[in-house]
Amino acid sequence: MKRTVPLAIAAVTGFVLIVSYFIPYMQSWGEEAMIWFDILAAVAFVLGGGNLLKTHLQKISNRRAGWGFSIVTISAFLITLYIGFSKMGVNPAENFPEFSWSGDYLTESGGFGWIFHHIYLPLAATMFSLLAFYIASAAFRAFRAKNTEAMILLGTAFIVLFGRTHAGIYVSQPVVDWLTAISGAEAGSLAGLRLDRVTSTITSIFIVAGNRAITIGIALGIVSLSLKVLLGVDRSYLGSEE
Amino acid sequence: MMKTSNAIWLLLLLVGGGFLVFRTATGSMGKAYVRHETFDATTHINKQIQKIDDEEQQELAKGKTLSEAKTDKRMKLSDRLPAVEGITWTKVSSAERGELTGSDGQPDTAVVFSWSRTIGLWIAALGTLAIMSFLWGDNIFYKVAESVVVGASAAYAMVVGFWTGIIQNLFSKLIPTAMRDTVLPGLPGSQEAELIYIVPLVLSVLMLWRLAPQGGWISRWPLAFFIGATAGIRLVAYLDADFVQQIGNTIIPLLVSDNKQGLMVGQSIGNIIIVIGVLSCLVYFFFSFEHKGVVGATARLGIWFLMITFGAGFGFTVMGRISLISDRFSFLFYDWLWLPKPGIDA
Amino acid sequence: MSDIMPTDSAHDPPSDISPTDAGSDSGFDFRNLDRRWIFLAMGLSIAIPMLMGVVFPEHPSQEVLDVFATVEGLEDGSSVLMAYDYDPASKGELEPMAAAFVRHCAQKKHKLYFITLWPAAVPMLQKNIAILNREYPEYTYGEDYVNLGFRPGSEGVIKVVVTDLKKLYANDVDGTDLNELPLTANLKNIQSMDLIINVSAGTPGAKEWVQYAATPFDIKMVAGVTGVGYTPLVPYVPNQLAGILGAIKAAAEYEEAVLLEYPELRENPATQEGLRKMGPQLVAHMLVIGLIIGGNVIFFTDRRRGV
Repeated sequence: MKRTVPLAIAAVTGFVLIVSYFIPYMQSWGEEAMIWFDILAAVAFVLGGGNLLKTHLQKISNRRAGWGFSIVTISAFLITLYIGFSKMGVNPAENFPEFSWSGDYLTESGGFGWIFHHIYLPLAATMFSLLAFYIASAAFRAFRAKNTEAMILLGTAFIVLFGRTHAGIYVSQPVVDWLTAISGAEAGSLAGLRLDRVTSTITSIFIVAGNRAITIGIALGIVSLSLKVLLGVDRSYLGSEE
Repeated sequence: MMKTSNAIWLLLLLVGGGFLVFRTATGSMGKAYVRHETFDATTHINKQIQKIDDEEQQELAKGKTLSEAKTDKRMKLSDRLPAVEGITWTKVSSAERGELTGSDGQPDTAVVFSWSRTIGLWIAALGTLAIMSFLWGDNIFYKVAESVVVGASAAYAMVVGFWTGIIQNLFSKLIPTAMRDTVLPGLPGSQEAELIYIVPLVLSVLMLWRLAPQGGWISRWPLAFFIGATAGIRLVAYLDADFVQQIGNTIIPLLVSDNKQGLMVGQSIGNIIIVIGVLSCLVYFFFSFEHKGVVGATARLGIWFLMITFGAGFGFTVMGRISLISDRFSFLFYDWLWLPKPGIDA
Repeated sequence: MSDIMPTDSAHDPPSDISPTDAGSDSGFDFRNLDRRWIFLAMGLSIAIPMLMGVVFPEHPSQEVLDVFATVEGLEDGSSVLMAYDYDPASKGELEPMAAAFVRHCAQKKHKLYFITLWPAAVPMLQKNIAILNREYPEYTYGEDYVNLGFRPGSEGVIKVVVTDLKKLYANDVDGTDLNELPLTANLKNIQSMDLIINVSAGTPGAKEWVQYAATPFDIKMVAGVTGVGYTPLVPYVPNQLAGILGAIKAAAEYEEAVLLEYPELRENPATQEGLRKMGPQLVAHMLVIGLIIGGNVIFFTDRRRGV
């Protein structure tokens, strides 16, 4: 029961969606299933928030290392939650002024919008921007041309890094002009050797080839994994035996 | 004697801090402004009624009458006028400091200094610096900022999920009348209660049961629905877009020609390289055969194609990350410190 | 107190090495270079060109021109789905191209339907809509553009809107019934869109729009993505994706393409945000190249010496 029913649910849901793709009569079943899917996705956000609360409350009660910061996390969580749910500072929708709760929860002038623009946005953006510094550090410490493959990788990276800025044109245009002059070729005929054009060539030919193979490989992997899930062969999502 | 690094640090703090104090004291940085506009509900409803009246005039001029739907809408709007009487509020929107003066050179009285947004600006700036302080070393400012963003982002997702998913798609289908009377007055009148949505309601409760101390295994049921649905839609989508279509995209002419130019050498070579590249990479991914002899050589060629792909990917990744830090510096320099934008500010 | 606020020693500055510790005659040991010097170099390589206003000319490449031609080639007043799937973490890279798309479509008087699959992208939509309100006052909400907002479900949302949009979107973000808005009154699904413009930072994003909308229903689509997301999408061009803009360079080129076609936009500094970001980009790229070369020089020197 604990494992059989979920396997059946997964199989039925999956096969209904596959069949609804091919049989127009069943299209509405597929749409209904997807709306339920979307509702559960929304509930998953609630579950995530609840899980965060549970984890950090346990950390505080057990006085594990860093529990002070858990207080900060929970405070930020509860304050944001209250302001968001209560639509604090949100005016009603202009088309429905007599309904005080009709306004958009994320208006710029509301409390939730304030939190987003002045706390979430700058802090989240800055967190990700730190990667630029770590890439630079990794470039110096880790990227070594130890063998042929690494040299090809780094060589391509150099071409792309040069070619995707004005430096590519600035550095390679004089070289192309010189080559045109000494070879007597028609003006502009060797323009394809300019670094920005070489980058475009790499993009439109070599990257297409490599990524297409990767895409095909991933597609086959996803198809086999999906079939294994639907047929009940892969049960890892059910967790441990209980 | 102070260590060199500490001395440099102290000097930077004194110079930086002094600069900030000076700029703030002279009013040359870190302020936010808003534009105020009064909204009057009665005026707004009357405008909508007027718009329908204008449409009616246009229809009459053409010898037609206004549609029943529009007439009905006008009646409903008129019926609402008593309920909205006296409802006004101030609409607040962001304003640039350049808007303090209107186009006529006179002060624009609608644009005012905003304490809440100014405090928010400083919190954002100091939070940004706190996160960046991690580059020097782990410290309490970074940890506090990180904790705040973790808590706020989890709550943000929860609030968004509630208002857009649970209210809009679940409660609006189960109890449309209650929703129409409170948070969704614009819900179509034709929306009636659909009791089939008790199923996703039950599944939602079962999903949240994961947090309960006992009986968490029941959350496998909605999880199975989720996984099964994902598997079902992805199987078809990947098979179509990423397998069949990609094979079709690879069936390209190896010799390309047209009537004017004859054989197009560049494009032909490109196509040949693409086909050889895709096939050799696929041979590399075939681990059922030993990579020896012809298979080994082809697989090696495939690896080289993949190295070019990854090298280009690295180049693009570097490009992407650098533009992120550009954006944060832009916020600190121009939005907070009000440094002149070159080429824009005099 | 230490258990409340423990220190994470993994990221503490190395206590035995300071940036000025002599390891060589020059006073700098590059082999054991404190990475904070590299961080400082990266910071300066972006800050200095930015403050100096270094800007370089951009020439739209063929792939950017393909995207431009797709939007420009639509008849004026065509229906365009603006699917903006990015969050604050990627706004530095994607906002310039998102704004350029909005301005280009507004110049062509296209009808715009804003939608997103990311919860944190809703304010990003608002910011792009604010461009319409500010610079194109003739654009009327409900007649020329509509904001559908966000719904959770990732590709599940695409699966529904591609067959029956109003099953998922009964109202717009302001709670107005979509049947009441002229633009959406007769809208059944997104198959009636002439073009999908997707600006995406990851999953769900361009790949999902290609897989669930553009490919099965043959809807024309262009995408603007981050550098990281660019290479996996290249195989879709041109049959499934008419074109892609990859990273800030493509955003700058696209801005230039729009400005070449509509020179009056050049008076507005906000139309050249991507172009301004290319100055710091160039210097930072040179730094990264220099660091890779420097690191490899040290590596090969040490290898030859047998260190």
